[in-house]
Amino acid sequence: MPTAALTAETLDPPSDPSTPVVAFDNVSIAFDTKAVLKDISFSVDHGQTLIILGPAGTGKSVLLKLANGLLAPDSGSIRIFGEEITTMPERDLYKLRSRIGMVFQESALFDSLSVEENVAYRLNEERVPAEESHRRVVEALKFVELADAIAKCPSELSGGMRRRVSIARAIITGPDLILYDSPTGGLDPITSTTIIELVMKQRDVSHTTSLLVTHRLQDAFTLATHRFDTAAGGMKPIPPDPHSGSPTQGIDPGTIFLILNECHIVFHGTTEELVHSTDPWIKRYLE
Amino acid sequence: MSFSPDAYVKQKISALQDYSILCGTAIADIFTRPHYWDDIYTQMDSIGVGSLPIIVLTGFFTGCVLALQSVTALKGFGAVSMTGSLVSLSMVKELGPVLTGLMVSGRNAAGMASELGSMKVTEQLDAMRALGTDPIRKLVTPRLIATVFMLFFLTIIADAFGIAGGAIVSVFLLGLNASSYLHNSYRSLVHGDVAQGLTKPLFSAFIIATVGCYCGMKTTGGTQGVGRATTQAVVISSVLIIVVDLLVTRAMIGIFGS
Repeated sequence: MPTAALTAETLDPPSDPSTPVVAFDNVSIAFDTKAVLKDISFSVDHGQTLIILGPAGTGKSVLLKLANGLLAPDSGSIRIFGEEITTMPERDLYKLRSRIGMVFQESALFDSLSVEENVAYRLNEERVPAEESHRRVVEALKFVELADAIAKCPSELSGGMRRRVSIARAIITGPDLILYDSPTGGLDPITSTTIIELVMKQRDVSHTTSLLVTHRLQDAFTLATHRFDTAAGGMKPIPPDPHSGSPTQGIDPGTIFLILNECHIVFHGTTEELVHSTDPWIKRYLE
Repeated sequence: MSFSPDAYVKQKISALQDYSILCGTAIADIFTRPHYWDDIYTQMDSIGVGSLPIIVLTGFFTGCVLALQSVTALKGFGAVSMTGSLVSLSMVKELGPVLTGLMVSGRNAAGMASELGSMKVTEQLDAMRALGTDPIRKLVTPRLIATVFMLFFLTIIADAFGIAGGAIVSVFLLGLNASSYLHNSYRSLVHGDVAQGLTKPLFSAFIIATVGCYCGMKTTGGTQGVGRATTQAVVISSVLIIVVDLLVTRAMIGIFGS
């Protein structure tokens, strides 16, 4: 199975499962004089998927960039795999980032490189032999069902295909944490579903911890209520759990929601808690 | 928004600080591994070989026009035979280095700013960092090494073509003796002149690469921002080249006394 091979090739051993993979503690950041995030605290455990929701311009993407050390907070502490990254020198950050995959809002593929070179970027940097690198690129592209596009240039691809190449580039080293920045932003509903299915596949097959920013509630709920069925090769609804309160729909226990509004966290909890929230703002937002 | 002198000064000082940090890091990266040799060679090809035609043309025609202009002035003193000396000294000490610097700045500082600027606004620089590569090491250092190395040789070529252009005009248009022209050109140059002429491109190249890359990496505001960064890169690097030329000339006169 391709994904098993991808995970086995992870460079560093996985961190202790009891330490949260991502832990924000009172993190604040402002651009010029405008506060973007204020006193943000949350943590994500091993294997969990944190879905970050919120109106446009509330700092969702900034939060992901903070988690990857691409931005430094003004105050507070951020621990990734138990390591404090706010005071970490840039050189060590590059090493840490080899365990983190990131999918950017507009894919951010290198337009001067081919799809193969884009996906193999990390492997080429690590001087992996060409033959092995090619094998792993094919594997990663098969995972995102784009094996035919290997020799193409990013400019020849559609928006959805670019997003899939970007996912392949993020997962090729079998990272322990994946950050998805609006992976379905600007895509049509059918392509969005394909992308969400890939996110789900990565979650359910490789059990990778992930943070996913989205402004499409529909995608968030699809992730929370569906599971990837490896045998059928597609997603299917999770059957209802007889012990839970919900008789119609089962939910993925590892999917957690976080809603940001006006620099603060307005909700952090499970799907069940979100659906039953009595907060008037959240109710209005969900509608 | 009202203008605040306080904020303006702070912004300029912060830009200067960022620029200094970029220069320092780019230089430090030359001495530590890993090196991106492929990128260095690609940049050398694009900056050096790519600029060759404009440098040859600029050098040649500058030499031609210099010979034509100086003859008119030298006639008044009955010193037409000094044309070769005047052309070679002007080309080697001043016009060769400065014009080469300005031409390469217009071509490559603009190219660097627009390339890196486009990468910045499409998040490719962030993606590079997220993939564990330092953009300064991968993008800025190779451009710095390539520009410094290639501008040095481009200047020599510009000087040579300038003197040749002057010779052609002097011999075929003004009827001067070819041997006396070349002899005068050669004899009037001393080591100090050559050293001065070849020190200048090192500074110009440093300015072109660092200003071009800095403007590119600080681009904000989409495609319009890329255009702004490109213009800024050419303007700032051209002005700096001329200012630094004055300072280097003064320093060299201090050292060599001519």
